[in-house]
Amino acid sequence: MTLYEPVIGLEVHAEMLTRSKMFCSCAVVDNTEAPPNTATCPVCLGMPGVLPTLNAEAVEMGLRVGLALGCTIPPFNQFARKNYFYPDLPRGYQISQYEYPLAINGFLDIDLPDGGTRRIRVRRAHLEEDTGKLTHTGDGASLVDLNRAGVPLLEIVSEPDLRSAEEAEAYARQLRSILQYLGVNHGDMSRGVLRFEANVSVRPAGSDELRTRTEIKNLNSIRGMVRAIQKEVERQIHLWESGQGVRQATLGWDDDRGQLIIQRTKESASDYRYFPEPDLPLLQISPEHVAEVRQGLPELPAARRDRFCRDLGLNRADAAILTAEQAVADYYEAALAAGGAPQPVANFLIGEIFRLMNADALGRDAIGTIKVTPEALAELLRLAQEGAINLNTAKRVLDILYAEGGDPARIVAERGLAQVTDEDAIRAAVDSVLAENPAEVEAYLAGSEKVAKFLMGQVMRALRGKGQPQAVQEALDEALAARRS
Amino acid sequence: MTISHEQVEHIADLAKLDLTEEEIATFADQLSAILASVEQLREVDTSAVPPTASVLPLSNVLRPDQVVASLPTAEALANAPDAAADQFRVPAILDESP
Repeated sequence: MTLYEPVIGLEVHAEMLTRSKMFCSCAVVDNTEAPPNTATCPVCLGMPGVLPTLNAEAVEMGLRVGLALGCTIPPFNQFARKNYFYPDLPRGYQISQYEYPLAINGFLDIDLPDGGTRRIRVRRAHLEEDTGKLTHTGDGASLVDLNRAGVPLLEIVSEPDLRSAEEAEAYARQLRSILQYLGVNHGDMSRGVLRFEANVSVRPAGSDELRTRTEIKNLNSIRGMVRAIQKEVERQIHLWESGQGVRQATLGWDDDRGQLIIQRTKESASDYRYFPEPDLPLLQISPEHVAEVRQGLPELPAARRDRFCRDLGLNRADAAILTAEQAVADYYEAALAAGGAPQPVANFLIGEIFRLMNADALGRDAIGTIKVTPEALAELLRLAQEGAINLNTAKRVLDILYAEGGDPARIVAERGLAQVTDEDAIRAAVDSVLAENPAEVEAYLAGSEKVAKFLMGQVMRALRGKGQPQAVQEALDEALAARRS
Repeated sequence: MTISHEQVEHIADLAKLDLTEEEIATFADQLSAILASVEQLREVDTSAVPPTASVLPLSNVLRPDQVVASLPTAEALANAPDAAADQFRVPAILDESP
């Protein structure tokens, strides 16, 4: 049997976080919350005789993304009309860019599961306007909300360099992270601000032919995208294996049912009859302007990850987790600034705080909203470091901080959680545990190591989890040794 | 250059126009004549002329990212042939998204 290799390219549509729309001064509103048709005007409604005017901030944001992806910024931009009829497009054409886009020839280095990286080429990034939102009523009609019509979008197109659904996922996650760092998109896919389309084909592994590809549209979550690509790769392999071959097609993805829906065979590009947008003059971008935008770029996730490894001694996996979301990296650095030590803070953040947030179905980018402040986390770990509490108690205090907020030292004092280091108290606990468990003591003396752990647990329990582990172990060993002789 | 019967049908289809056989024939002739006329431009030597990207004597016409009040919903919907629930109501088009 032939081994197949997927060939995948991604188009990412990212709404730019401008205040107003791309070509008019209507507000950009949250599409999932705003009442329908409350942010429209003659321009975005497609009334005759109106004149679109380009939003300067949309251009700036697009340039930031282009430069962050290592793109070349051509000296001039032209807008073009992409013509098609659909009820979510009031003018009958979408203003986009065709021959002269904002940014070309960039790349994104993605992290692979094996720890390596792979360079995925970015063909282009161009500005365009979003369409309206359609709701099918089920009675043969659709309702159209044009609040979203004219919202600035940046379409970022990769070369077909991705070789698996996992690589597509890594690309999507890292790109999303970059967009967040640049402050151009908040990455909340449930609100539709980031959408994907995937071009998929398969070929015999090792060959460099490009076979017929299909395009999967309407991918509104990274998880959905991964599943859709996996399904499509399987479907195409089956088609080649059974001798039917793959036909060019546009597919939809039903995330609830986990099914691909074949929508239609693809129109060729010329069917959109692109032509230069006569209402918008050329946009020229000087090398000085490009240099200025480049100068203003923030530290990006990969650079921050590398700095965390280099300067803080974190391993690459931890550093990647901590820098994937800007809010998490900011939180982490705030905890370090408050005196936290790099590794313990990283461990507690990744191991404990993420666990608590997961249980509440909170996304990691919501870390700024939890009740544990970075300062409280640093203080908690300082208490553990100094031996005022043991690690188990630290986790208990964290649970309290997470639920109620507050000051770790005060919680420890008020709830009597300070570590028990008092030798008399520990010895008394050991003696009573041994007295209550004569059979286990017998077993231990007969050579059962397992029982030692049980007894240790019982003593810690008697101390309500607050015993200083080393002191408890020593006291227990001593008492057992005394019984042996 | 001539425009074929099939090409006219295809363009009409994209433009959502329903043409009779007679109209298709008429438009095929007319479009062919128009193209032939425009073809004359090919006689001009443009090898030393850069492609024209815009005929407007302007560039970089931008506006600041400022919000101006939008239309009241009722006014936005005023010209709609049909509306419901503050939205435009249109015949459903399924399985043909762009």
